[in-house]
Amino acid sequence: MNSGTSVGSTSSAAQQRNIVSRIWNDKETRSVIVQVVALVLLFAFFAFMIRNAVVNLEALGKGFSFSFLNTPANYDINQRLIEYDSRSTHWRAMQVGILNTLLVAFAGIVLSTILGFILGVLRLSKNWLTNKIAHIYIEYVRNVPVLLHILLVHGIMVHSLPRPKSAITLGETGFLTNRGLFMPKPLPEPLMWAVAALFVAGIIFAFLFRRWAKKVQDETGKVYPVFWISLFAVIVLPVLAFFLLGAPMAWENPELKGFNFRGGMVIRPEFIALWLALSFYTAAFIAEIVRAGILAVSHGQTEASLALGISRSRTLNLVVIPQALRVIVPPLSSQYLNITKNSSLAIAIGYMDITATIGGISLNQTGREMECMLIVMGLYLIFSLIISMFMNWYNNRIRLVER
Amino acid sequence: MSGAKEVKQHYEPGTHPDLPPPLGSTGPIKWIRENLFSSPTNIVLTILAAFFLYKIVPGMVAWTITDATFIAADRNECRALNSGACWAFIAQRWHLFTFGFYPEAERWRVVLAFILLCVVIVALLWENCPGRSLLVKFALIFPFIAAWLLLGGFGLEPVSTDKFGGFMLTVIIGVTGIALSLPLGILLALGRQSNLPIIKYACVGFIEFIRGVPLITLLFVASTMLSYFLPPGTNFNLLLRVLIMVTLFASAYMAEVIRGGLQAVPNGQIEAADAMGLKYWPAMRLIVLPQALKISIPGIVNTFIGLYKDSVLVIVIGLLDPLGIGQASLADTKWQGLSTEVYLFVAIFFFISCYAMARYSLYLERKLHTGH
Repeated sequence: MNSGTSVGSTSSAAQQRNIVSRIWNDKETRSVIVQVVALVLLFAFFAFMIRNAVVNLEALGKGFSFSFLNTPANYDINQRLIEYDSRSTHWRAMQVGILNTLLVAFAGIVLSTILGFILGVLRLSKNWLTNKIAHIYIEYVRNVPVLLHILLVHGIMVHSLPRPKSAITLGETGFLTNRGLFMPKPLPEPLMWAVAALFVAGIIFAFLFRRWAKKVQDETGKVYPVFWISLFAVIVLPVLAFFLLGAPMAWENPELKGFNFRGGMVIRPEFIALWLALSFYTAAFIAEIVRAGILAVSHGQTEASLALGISRSRTLNLVVIPQALRVIVPPLSSQYLNITKNSSLAIAIGYMDITATIGGISLNQTGREMECMLIVMGLYLIFSLIISMFMNWYNNRIRLVER
Repeated sequence: MSGAKEVKQHYEPGTHPDLPPPLGSTGPIKWIRENLFSSPTNIVLTILAAFFLYKIVPGMVAWTITDATFIAADRNECRALNSGACWAFIAQRWHLFTFGFYPEAERWRVVLAFILLCVVIVALLWENCPGRSLLVKFALIFPFIAAWLLLGGFGLEPVSTDKFGGFMLTVIIGVTGIALSLPLGILLALGRQSNLPIIKYACVGFIEFIRGVPLITLLFVASTMLSYFLPPGTNFNLLLRVLIMVTLFASAYMAEVIRGGLQAVPNGQIEAADAMGLKYWPAMRLIVLPQALKISIPGIVNTFIGLYKDSVLVIVIGLLDPLGIGQASLADTKWQGLSTEVYLFVAIFFFISCYAMARYSLYLERKLHTGH
């Protein structure tokens, strides 16, 4: 398109324009050009950023290495699932953080699912009063930021629970105070492994039995009480075994010493507040998802099932729930992802999850922003990926099989 | 029908007077019977719910209103006066919660900008608004006017952005994020649906990355790391960095919502547009996007509400939104221990604005529902 060359003859200029417009109007060539330009721009952008980062880090004399992970962390973490003290490395602190994130995410997913299903059903209830209570709860919770819920629950717990001296006693050995919930710590004796093995065997048995019962039902129509038999295998048998073996478990009770309780097991108020707030918040969203899912199953399905003489509870189990789940599961999985990501707000109340350990104190102590943030973001991406994969697998299993 | 009265009185066919319906099948009694006591389970539920309300509501009303203190000099005076909430704290720091540390003499500018914002929003949302076409044109230049009013310069006293705070900051972040994330989200969604693999995978990579990490980590990146990626010596405003991050974050979620809408537009529409000789952009602008956006309105508004709520997270990097102001004020020894009041106050503010947005979305959905 250089105008200098086209001054000599107008015809060649016209031809040149023609070529350009031909190239531009050809769909395939144009798409190649656009993509090449996009790729070059993208590369240039990343190259620019990386070059800047290298120059800037060099100017600060920082370099880029993960060796700081092996140096002592020099800070304490009060809620932890594995051994850790202030002389442990940043690497260990990161592991503590990962486990804490997973713990609160998992506990939150379980509680929010239960609460969400209850609220969703209440929201559909014909009872005006419960329906309205559920509605008001859902509207209030959904329209207020989750961070506020966390701070509010934490604030109420810290301010309204008593000091260890005047703790609320739960049973003989549990104590609820503003320093946390103190409970006896189980110390398993050797025979406990037999009970644990029985429990695992019960789960495997229940799983296999369910598959077998479903096969039998598909083939012959005979129905087994799967739920009760599974319950017996997973819960009742191990509990029976536990007492028959003479309760092979010792308990270390918490005791009041000075200003606080010592020994036993403690659940910090930070964990409880984060767990409850995340669950309450997500439950409101899950309730709406559940409501939409149940409403999506047409009433004709229920009527047809009842007309065939199938009982109400089995209509619910075999007709309504399987169809509702297809609508419920995809948005539910994104709520599970949200709960995991929102658990990063732990930093606001001092619960030591990934963001607060490696992305918070470790980052501030070592000054390695780049490496720490890479680790934190990478970990969250991995968690998201794992949850998505699991939920996709589950979604594929329950989706409509079309023939 | 065989009551003693009917037997006694005799009516010619067709002359029987209309009797009122039985007492139990009309009015409040019928309503109560149907909605509260229709079955044993329902009766149990009603009793439980009533008991729950009886336990919770009187205490809450007492704490927030009847036992609360509205005027006091400090916390001890509050405690001495009454046993409930101490709203005096909020009343005393009202200006801080609204304007942050914006200079007192210049606050009229914030108020003016807010009024203009309300005018623009009304004009955009209310179709029969008088003088709408003029006001919509005004909406295009409004961002510049607002920036001039808030930041100053050109004849006004300049105000640095670290003086911004309170609800004003929430509104700035929310409105900017909402206005910018929609167009960006549309572009990302179109990119994700594109036939060009490089464009497509660039968009997919961006969207999935943003959706996979919490906003808080992106804000950390904005506050601590972003300067590493810029040429040495450049450093720009923290508020601007936060605005960029919040917009990028919301646009990734917006893209997924709009993608759902795009997928719901039947392929025949695009084919018909092709057959009419429309090129890509006109086809998208005139045929596909109007339908796709209409379908995705609930999702778009939900994303807006999410963005607006997420703006409180800026406290973790030290910006003073209402929550930040509240926490900073709680450090004052005169008012220590009033966190519940502060959090509830901010929660009510968010509830009102988010609930209004949700209601408007419902109205819009119904209005645009042109199906059968």
